[in-house]
Amino acid sequence: MSTQTFDAGVQDYQLTYWTPDYTPLDTDLLACFKVIPQEGVSREEAAAAVAAESSTGTWTTVWTDLLSDMEYYKGRAYRIEDVPGDKAAFYTFIAYPLDLFEEGSVVNVLTSLVGNVFGFKAIRALRLEDIRFPVAFVKTCNGPPSGIQVERDKLNKYGRPMLGCTIKPKLGLSAKNYGRAVYECLRGGLDLTKDDENINSQPFQRWQDRFEFVANAVDKATLDTGERKGHYLNVTSGDVEQMMKRAEFAKELGQPIIMHDFLTAGFTANTTLAKWCRDNGMLLHIHRAMHAVIDRNPNHGIHFRVLVKCLRLSGGDHLHTGTVVGKLEGDRASTLGFVDLLREDFIAEDRSRGIFFDQDWASMPGIFAVASGGIHVWHMPALLNIFGDDSVLQFGGGTQGHPAGNAAGAAANRVALESCVKARNEGRDLEREGNDILRDAARHSPELAVALDTWKEIKFEFDTVDKLDG
Amino acid sequence: MSNLIKDDYRTRITMETFSFLPELTADEIYDQIVYIINQGWTPALEHDKPENSADHYWGMWKLPFFGMRDPNLFLNEIEECRQAYPDHLIRVVGYDSYTQCQGHNFVVYRPRGM
Repeated sequence: MSTQTFDAGVQDYQLTYWTPDYTPLDTDLLACFKVIPQEGVSREEAAAAVAAESSTGTWTTVWTDLLSDMEYYKGRAYRIEDVPGDKAAFYTFIAYPLDLFEEGSVVNVLTSLVGNVFGFKAIRALRLEDIRFPVAFVKTCNGPPSGIQVERDKLNKYGRPMLGCTIKPKLGLSAKNYGRAVYECLRGGLDLTKDDENINSQPFQRWQDRFEFVANAVDKATLDTGERKGHYLNVTSGDVEQMMKRAEFAKELGQPIIMHDFLTAGFTANTTLAKWCRDNGMLLHIHRAMHAVIDRNPNHGIHFRVLVKCLRLSGGDHLHTGTVVGKLEGDRASTLGFVDLLREDFIAEDRSRGIFFDQDWASMPGIFAVASGGIHVWHMPALLNIFGDDSVLQFGGGTQGHPAGNAAGAAANRVALESCVKARNEGRDLEREGNDILRDAARHSPELAVALDTWKEIKFEFDTVDKLDG
Repeated sequence: MSNLIKDDYRTRITMETFSFLPELTADEIYDQIVYIINQGWTPALEHDKPENSADHYWGMWKLPFFGMRDPNLFLNEIEECRQAYPDHLIRVVGYDSYTQCQGHNFVVYRPRGM
């Protein structure tokens, strides 16, 4: 019955993989790439090449193609669009049948979509801008161990963002001195403290020692203040067995939360850890070290919103998102876009925020957005306005750089935060009246008054490198 | 500033949200109740002995006030609860049925000496 014949030779991708009449199915995994083709390569040819190389295609025809149902398994480039403000580049939209991917594996999705195709010669530069994960795939993933609502209930934090800070200096403290810094921050009014991402188990501070001293600091601060406290114990390690050993020990110590570097350690390790956290009632803080290598170049790589979606599927309860206002890169509209992707249940396509597809999370729990890096009390009104209640605001230097020490610095931040929350609830405009709100609050808080005085002049005003297109 | 550096920061027993602000006045409590109602949340009251403050569950004052739109009625409930349990802590809760979480939660009354 077959009418197919085998013609050896180099593939003409366009014939097979450019299908402008195709209407994507609800179960298709959709991707949007920004493509800059080599000179002389047409948009259709380049788009088809991306679809082919990220799905079934190889550079030449092979006879075994005819043994499989290529029409069913191939990726289809179904739309091409101009990139606003960039003539060299275009967007292509590609639909992949769900059967191309293993259930519950973001690893498999990434290996396909951002595998060899990124080194493909016909393409000068390539960026994965967004993925629409179909509900059928979402439902095969474990997702966040607890999510926003469960974490609030466990930690008894309602009606406001949580306050955190990374213990400094990043490296070199002994375990006991490190625990002291933790205790001071927590007793002063922070909810959470954090290991720096590059603290693992170095010679100056082995992990067991850190975990034991920090657990003591957390437990004592909890008793002393009557509030629930936590410290993100970083369990990231050189191998997965060691990672699990550290996670188990954190649980043995009765600690509520651990942390992981999801990109440097990898999605396989992260998903394993997230599943363990779900089974063991442990919260999971996720740091994003290495992300800027992947996501900062506007023409090549993977946009952070894709990494956000992959992390939500792989699992985590907190994720760093940048601050918009602090020392690290972050365009406001784009940040608001991926903050929605972290926290909301359904996010509609919105190009003004860089959202290329509707995304339905089908009740998968949301993740706290973590704003961390170069922020201080004067940023508080803007941070609350930008990130809302479902966030963790982390003031590292902004807590420990206080002239009277960590506890006073923590209290200053807590007073500033609560004043802003109260004012917002009263209907006041935080961005316009923010400075007045803080100055008023400082009248009953000498710690805040000193903090306002200390950081008054610090600003970070550089251009964002990765802006939204247009 | 130099005074503060010499000063000792004393650890305090605090009660989560708004416990780093001066005690709220009746007007300020009123505004927060308005906020809760305008969010579409249900206001509720909880109370318990200070020594139980770290527990997840405090005693519930009646049922949550489903459908209550008048903040003054809620302020009356706070007063009634205070008279019934003068030696208890009292906190306001705003139940958000969409997120199935508490949208707001803050202490409005501390017995003398706390």
